[in-house]
Amino acid sequence: MRKTSLDMVYELAKRDRRVVFIGSDLGPDTLKQLKAEFPGQFLMEGVSEANIVTMAAGLAMEGKIPYINTIATFLTRRCFEQIVLDLGLHNTKVRLIASGGGVVYAPLGPTHLAIDDIAILRTVPNMTILAPADADEMRRLMLQTLDVEGPIYVRLGKGGDPIVSRDDLPAEIGKAILMREGADALIVCTGICLQVALAAADDLEKQGIAASVLHVHTLKPLDVTAIYENAARVPVVVTIEEHTIVSGLGSAVAEILAESSFNPSKRFQRIGIPDVFPDQYGSQASLMARYDITAGRLTEVVKQLRGNTR
Amino acid sequence: MTTAFSPTTPDDLALDARSRALRKMIVRTIEAGKRGHVGAAFSVMEILRVLYDDILKVDPANPRWTERDRCILSKGHGCIALYVLLAEKGFFPESELWKFCASDGILGGHPEYGKVPGVEASTGSLGHGLSFGVGFALNAKLEGQKHRVFVVVGDGECSEGSIWEAALCAAQHKLSQLTVLIDYNKQQTYGTIAEVQGLEPLADKWASFGFAVREVNGHDVDALRAVLSEMPFHPSKPGALICHTVKGKGTGLTERNLSWHHKARVSEAEVASLFASLDDE
Repeated sequence: MRKTSLDMVYELAKRDRRVVFIGSDLGPDTLKQLKAEFPGQFLMEGVSEANIVTMAAGLAMEGKIPYINTIATFLTRRCFEQIVLDLGLHNTKVRLIASGGGVVYAPLGPTHLAIDDIAILRTVPNMTILAPADADEMRRLMLQTLDVEGPIYVRLGKGGDPIVSRDDLPAEIGKAILMREGADALIVCTGICLQVALAAADDLEKQGIAASVLHVHTLKPLDVTAIYENAARVPVVVTIEEHTIVSGLGSAVAEILAESSFNPSKRFQRIGIPDVFPDQYGSQASLMARYDITAGRLTEVVKQLRGNTR
Repeated sequence: MTTAFSPTTPDDLALDARSRALRKMIVRTIEAGKRGHVGAAFSVMEILRVLYDDILKVDPANPRWTERDRCILSKGHGCIALYVLLAEKGFFPESELWKFCASDGILGGHPEYGKVPGVEASTGSLGHGLSFGVGFALNAKLEGQKHRVFVVVGDGECSEGSIWEAALCAAQHKLSQLTVLIDYNKQQTYGTIAEVQGLEPLADKWASFGFAVREVNGHDVDALRAVLSEMPFHPSKPGALICHTVKGKGTGLTERNLSWHHKARVSEAEVASLFASLDDE
């Protein structure tokens, strides 16, 4: 997904000379074609995220469209105030391409695990937050990033993720995608958890339970209407995300459900990383399994909640 | 190498009529808002006065004129000095000054981009302005534009790590169109810079970060005019101008008086005292 996103930066830079790529001390071959062909649109800066974010805001205020790439944790935590004030408050057209969203960097430990990025950035007015499911969807969404006003955060997966997005259901920034429809339960997912949600929906179907799957590739602005309307049709709602359950997708859906005053109320549960620092290394898959971010657990939760409904 | 600095000290220098008049406008603004960062505004007054009177190419009728020089007040708490100059130059009506910090005004306790004509970036949280300036100057360099970028930072602000990240970046890109002006009044909120977190040798620090450094008495308008007319200080280095100043410069009540760093509920008696002091000087 990272390769696709950077390939897209090259494509966008070719077609629009306002596009400037800014790396924060990335690998030596990063976008070397862009550097060779359009040296004025390629910047490689030092390890200095605070300066890079505000400098990018300055470039954007002069008409550029900077795309910044580094590891997600460094691009959100260290420079959070710069994001709030210099991207959010100034409403600057800066794009944050965040490598290793979620637990992609499991072997590297908790300093590199971006399990709170969505929570952090949800609080920033004017911010758009994207979490594509796979490389194809990354391509569709990146093409739209030239036109959106204000800052955008793009959460990257590991790369080589199975393609589960569909040409016939193309992502449009701000619009959730109903990937499948069923009247018994609603699964709301984001990012690569779409593959988990679809697998669980398949399992549930075999057991006679029809689940809708709503893919929220844009976490902000959130497609409140789609979440509300699809929740209204079912008794059970479950969210799943590769992210802390604190203030991520699950919390956002809970806010909508709570304020909707459904009667009878919906049976609801969040699946995600609990309020802990992950305590193991291993792989993205092994950490997701450790915290039950799996199709098996999702299937089980849907069934449990249905058992509790009248 | 840095240049030696041995002019008259900022304490000795008597303010001219214009500097006193500008400070009276600051006091009138504070009287209207009943609050304000007086020490910083009085400290930075001559730096901004010389920039706006003699150095900056700006057009008050067209604040976003693309060829304008950019000036960022990174120490945003000094904003009342900026506001009185912008009002005088015609960026917005003087009447806005009398709505300082009011709910229906455009002028807050820190300056806002997009709200105040002539303000190039929202500042108030320290350590952001120089990075904005790097972005502006880098864009100018990439596009072959000739305008210049000035960033006024505080001395206390130089404790922020982002200042030095920005300094490394400016030097790396050889941004000779960028000048940082340090309002070096040697005081911060709690006490002196030396006792809270020392900056010396400050000129050597900026020089070692790749800047061409000059020093000046930051209240001496002739000296400021002369040194800023030498811009750029170096053909391939960003400039740093260390302006030696006195916090609260201009009245006996405010000079080096920590209680006037930020003052809320300013009384009529205090306002009268400030006006009287500015008449006497």
